Amino acid sequence: MTAMDQPSPADQAIAADHVIKRFGDGDSVVRALDDVSVTIAKGEFFTLLGPSGCGKTTLLRCIAGFETPTSGRILLSGRDITREPPNRRRVNTVFQSYALFPHLTVAQNVAFGLEMLGKPRAEVSRTVDRMLSLVRLDAFAARRPDALSGGQQQRVALARALATQPEVLLLDEPLSALDLKLRKEMQSELKRLQHETGITFVFVTHDQEEALTMSDRIGVMSAGKLLQVGPPREIYNRPVNRFVADFIGETNFLPALVEDGQVRLTSGEVVGQGQGQGRVTVAIRPEQLHLALPGDGGAIPATVEGSTYLGTDSHVQLRLVDGSRLVARVPSQPSGDLALPAGTQVGLRVAPGAVQVLAD
Amino acid sequence: MAEPRPFSVTRLPGFTAIAITAFVALYLPIITIVVFSFNALSSMSQWGGFSLHWYREAWANDTVQEATIRSLLIATVAALVSTVVATLAALGTTRQGRFRGRTAIYALINQPLMVPEIVTAVSLLIVFGAIRQATGYQGLGYLMLAHSAFCVPFAYLPIRARLEGMDRTLELAAADLYATPLQAFRRITLPLLMPGIAAGAMLAFVISLDDVVITEFVKSAGQDTLATYMLGQFRRTLTPEVNAISTALLALTLVLLTGFFLITRKRA
Amino acid sequence: MAMSSSAETAAARRRGRSGWLLSTPALVLLLLGAAGPLLVVLAFSLLSKGEYGGVALPVSGQAWFEIFFQRDIFDGTISPAKAHLAIFWRSVWLSLATTLITFVLGLPTAWFIATRPERQRALWLFLITIPFWTNLLIRTFAIMEVIRNEGLLNTTLIAMGAIDQPLQILFTDWATLIGMAYVYLPLMVLPLYAAIDRFDMRLLEAGYDLYASRWRLLRRVILPIVRPGIVAGCILVFIPSLGAYVTPRVLGGGTNMMVGNFIELQFGQARNWPLGASLSMALLIIVMVALLVYVRASAREGRDG
Repeated sequence: MTAMDQPSPADQAIAADHVIKRFGDGDSVVRALDDVSVTIAKGEFFTLLGPSGCGKTTLLRCIAGFETPTSGRILLSGRDITREPPNRRRVNTVFQSYALFPHLTVAQNVAFGLEMLGKPRAEVSRTVDRMLSLVRLDAFAARRPDALSGGQQQRVALARALATQPEVLLLDEPLSALDLKLRKEMQSELKRLQHETGITFVFVTHDQEEALTMSDRIGVMSAGKLLQVGPPREIYNRPVNRFVADFIGETNFLPALVEDGQVRLTSGEVVGQGQGQGRVTVAIRPEQLHLALPGDGGAIPATVEGSTYLGTDSHVQLRLVDGSRLVARVPSQPSGDLALPAGTQVGLRVAPGAVQVLAD
Repeated sequence: MAEPRPFSVTRLPGFTAIAITAFVALYLPIITIVVFSFNALSSMSQWGGFSLHWYREAWANDTVQEATIRSLLIATVAALVSTVVATLAALGTTRQGRFRGRTAIYALINQPLMVPEIVTAVSLLIVFGAIRQATGYQGLGYLMLAHSAFCVPFAYLPIRARLEGMDRTLELAAADLYATPLQAFRRITLPLLMPGIAAGAMLAFVISLDDVVITEFVKSAGQDTLATYMLGQFRRTLTPEVNAISTALLALTLVLLTGFFLITRKRA
Repeated sequence: MAMSSSAETAAARRRGRSGWLLSTPALVLLLLGAAGPLLVVLAFSLLSKGEYGGVALPVSGQAWFEIFFQRDIFDGTISPAKAHLAIFWRSVWLSLATTLITFVLGLPTAWFIATRPERQRALWLFLITIPFWTNLLIRTFAIMEVIRNEGLLNTTLIAMGAIDQPLQILFTDWATLIGMAYVYLPLMVLPLYAAIDRFDMRLLEAGYDLYASRWRLLRRVILPIVRPGIVAGCILVFIPSLGAYVTPRVLGGGTNMMVGNFIELQFGQARNWPLGASLSMALLIIVMVALLVYVRASAREGRDG
């Protein structure tokens, strides 16, 4: 991790410091968070990414105050808030289920937090109006939540959480209940809102594409551990281990040998440079593999085993001479695609710098 | 030519006929009671034309009037008391997670549903009789206490159902938006619980109004409720006055039940 | 680590404490007005008969003995208490018969309701719930009006020419049976409906597809699957039938007593409080055993399903 990844204390919005959270007792202890430390900068769009059960929601709930860490600290702008109840934290949550109060109107929902903070009535109604126009729901102020569509409910939840101008906004898989088209819309809506309000967003998702498109930085979690933190490009191009490489995007894993900084596949070809020594696993993204004619200078000989047409491109399944299998992604051509029946002999070129040597 | 009946997966031979018979059997006696309450004659099998005579007769009867007021009074107290304690108990048993002794609390709360009424009735007869002798107190307190107690499970069940169906993240959301636990309860939990509380109170009221056995054993002399008054009447020659009282009670129950269903069916 | 786990148990204890605290008013009310007095009855069942009613020392098992046996006042020989056993027997067979009748009527009724179109179902169900919540006394009175000598049943039968003398039903065991079946039918229908409502009707299509007849489907598919509802319904009818008081008193007349009426008699004219108390406890024990059987059956059902 570079020095740039660690915000200076003045810029820290939220920080987790060696947070451990265990559930259960006796033999059935689950380590939901296993020594997690991370610092999130002010104004940042930070995403916690991982499969379900990896601990990302638990970390979010520790920050919100719904769970108390078994050990470790949570810092808000450098202040220790680990033991503070949720109603004292200037941190708000957008719940996965939205958790809109069904007996209150849209406007009353948005006003709730402001009223709890004891804001004067005029200010409350002014802020509510502003928030509703921010999420483009001015016309729905008097409606009840159950009279709204899923996307509209989502926007009310956002307006409600943003109305009190929290230092940090926590979003717990807020888009998972929406259909694909609405989800794309809300993704850009969220980016816009973050841009306009300047509030730090901590976003939890299991959708790697969502994470890559929206985040300033991503933290990848698995089994209670934070595996890698970095900007989307770094996470995608320089995964630290097999889990990260596998979870984000599609990847070919190949056994290889590293000798004197040269990475050599078991089929014999040198495919790039890398750190380490001896037997390793390397990752190569399918779009970094290009098809060439067989015997083309330096190309790796391979046999086509089949291909799948996917619209914008095709996945071509290939076998190398040593029997290892991999997938290449070939862009579709407007003039019609190459015919690649099973058994065709081809050559493979690996784009420069595409080979990642993995830690394990 | 009759068309053969189209095949239906769910049809079972004779079931519909028996079901219709059951509905008729359930309603015919009740409807007969209601119809004869409007009889001009004092007969309960011969129709002599429409009249409100027996309603006037019943209302003019001081005993009936007093019994009505007593029934309503006891039911009101029982509904109020049982609903308040049941609400607290429902909050205690659903909002605090699992804890030692929760099953025992469930068992005690539901106890009046399990023990035969006659057994509860004689046990109260013994205990309240002793208290009566020791203190000399003869008032309605005994009936109010007994009714409040056996109404608790009826008030408790709809309230608990409502609490269990409630999304707990709503309370978390309130806390997240700076509400103290008390504010969250008053502004979020209680309003959302209200339909359950109202439903519980209505059921408790109906149950109290309907009770015969326990009332019959617990009441002091001259403390007839409508139900025990009617029970006493069965030993005499009946007049449609009993029909009129029954019909009035039936109407009240129907109103309360309809209210109950409208409240519980409306999803908040 | 030790600190945190003790902090967590402390939190659990705190939750338990507020759970008990919030339940306390209800528990106090129930102990005073329902559960507590039962202990007094238990105590009374172990005492001797007082001279003018009530109870007296010494502690004795006499009252429990008296439920089943009687001692001849002259020669002291012990014989079964035929009168008591007859009353118990009547209670049991009337309750079983009531359960059977309500099941035979209730299953098709519940099935009928569950197979109505979605929108009608609530209405049919409401029609079952109205009698359920209607005053027991009113319903008993209503059925009395139907079966008495000048009632709807006899006048109709006479008008049809089926009989020329009215059938004496009122003040017989038959009246009690008809009355209890009438009164407890909704208690059978509601749990049956709940079970049938969960029944996946597509299973019937699968059954027909595999050449089953309607009767076989009923026996081999429907009944086994809705069994929990059947057990619940039978228990819900059997238990109150066994402890019935109002219906046998009003319809059965003074002589055709069930256990409930016999208990009352001991606290009234018979002035044998210990016997009344031991009978009450015996009834309670039977009911508890029935409930236990039900709970264990449904627990097993839960494990299997």
